[in-house]
Amino acid sequence: MNRLKLILLQVAVGFGFLLLWHVLTNYPILAPTRQTQFFFSTPLDVLARVWKEFASGEIWRHLWITLMETILAFAFGAGGGILFGFLFARRELLAAVFDPYIKAANALPRVVLAPIFALWFGLGIWSKVALGFTLVFFIVFFNVYQGVREVSPVVLANARMLCMNERQLLRHVYWPAALTWMFSSLHTSVGFALVGAVVGEYLGSSAGLGYKIHEAESVFDVTGVFAGMVILSIFVILIDFVVTLIERRLLVWRPAPSTNGQG
Amino acid sequence: MALSAVHRRRNRSILMPESQIAPAVLLRSVAITFGPKVGGYTAVQNIDLSVSPGEFIAIVGPTGCGKSTLLNASAGLLKPSDGKVEIFGVPLHGLNSRAGYLFQQDALMPWKTALQNVAVALEPKGVLRKEAEAMARDWLRRVGLAAFVDRYPHMLSGGQRKRVALAQMLIRDPEILLMDEPFGPLDAQTRQIMGNLLLELWAANRKAVLFVTHDLEEAIALADRVVVMSAGPAAGIIGEFPVPLPRPRDIAEVRLEPAFHHIHKKIWASLRTEVQKAYAQGEGATQ
Repeated sequence: MNRLKLILLQVAVGFGFLLLWHVLTNYPILAPTRQTQFFFSTPLDVLARVWKEFASGEIWRHLWITLMETILAFAFGAGGGILFGFLFARRELLAAVFDPYIKAANALPRVVLAPIFALWFGLGIWSKVALGFTLVFFIVFFNVYQGVREVSPVVLANARMLCMNERQLLRHVYWPAALTWMFSSLHTSVGFALVGAVVGEYLGSSAGLGYKIHEAESVFDVTGVFAGMVILSIFVILIDFVVTLIERRLLVWRPAPSTNGQG
Repeated sequence: MALSAVHRRRNRSILMPESQIAPAVLLRSVAITFGPKVGGYTAVQNIDLSVSPGEFIAIVGPTGCGKSTLLNASAGLLKPSDGKVEIFGVPLHGLNSRAGYLFQQDALMPWKTALQNVAVALEPKGVLRKEAEAMARDWLRRVGLAAFVDRYPHMLSGGQRKRVALAQMLIRDPEILLMDEPFGPLDAQTRQIMGNLLLELWAANRKAVLFVTHDLEEAIALADRVVVMSAGPAAGIIGEFPVPLPRPRDIAEVRLEPAFHHIHKKIWASLRTEVQKAYAQGEGATQ
């Protein structure tokens, strides 16, 4: 009952927003409709455009490319982050020597790298993958580093008393502990992989969702921009849903997450 | 189990002359100092303790007297700053591979089920996965968890987790059992049940046991000998008391016997002043 009420309220908020948007852009209340429609389009136009994009099949190619970039950026970023996170956590000296450089690299706003990557890797998908990589790598790196360093000393001592060697400790203790931390940041890092892809496309490409939005923007096609944003939102929600499914499968051993446990 | 019995017999025949004379654990004038050698915190000092094979020893003492420190030294998790640790007559270097350790805190791997947690203990011994899991199943049955093999630690109660940890320790068939207030966090009834379970398993296959506790009644009910430590810092052993109560014992019933009271009175007389000393120093002493 309570849950039904919540869903109804959620729908009501969305509907109210759309209604407000519709009324303000279809009736000359604040300004002539020509003006408001030029700046804000109308909800019905946007929905019609979204429908047209999907119906004509145009959008699938762009979605596919953005998806590929996101997946590749995440895979490389997570792989690199895990590798270096492990290495640095187990080798104190390495971590100490590289510490200032990692902090400096992480402090850099990644957007400024986009033109460089476009120069190095061209306007195809790889410059976007590189941009996403720089975002995902640091998130996973810091989480894995932390995870390995903060393995419960009791669990570790117990495993050592069971006569596990370094390789077995790695497999049964360090690795699962690091994975837990990595998965706790999974939503964030997948989100950042997507941000890298879309921002990269936006700044220079010939395909992808970012490109679609940029293209519409350059001819003042506000309806097209909003339609692109709606499609992007749907895409993000779907990806997040898949991530949640994966997370639930891989972390079955964890106690049920608290309701506000998503970060 | 048949396999490990053969294994044990063969071990014994090789070690026969040695193991008959050498104690399972021997601490000789052991001192442990944390921090710098001069000016650091000396937890224990001048510790002489010998545990024979098959003997059940309980160590009691006030909070912060370094009971756990002694255990860690016997396990090889901590290197004594002075003195010697010998295991079956051999000086201990590195971890004590002939000992099993039951921790006070939860030490199970939270990402493994009860079965996986117990079976993984056999991996360092090179037992095949299938065989290890069959043995783990058997051990979980023995500790009364046959129906819980596929549960993760967080799905088990505190007492059940201790049972899993007990099975994990015993499946390796270690010759020495080190236990650090293992039943401390459990409620009184669960403690009794766990104590009886421990005695039952121990009676079936007698190992040398070093059992640390702050509960004198638990110590007397379980042990052959109770070792009393003084209040820290620089704690030492101030008394050893044999417990000539007949076995098998029931933890709950043995407490009602007159002999139990007699022993309790005797040990408490020496323990009381130390507890008061520790209390006077403030309860904030390091554990």
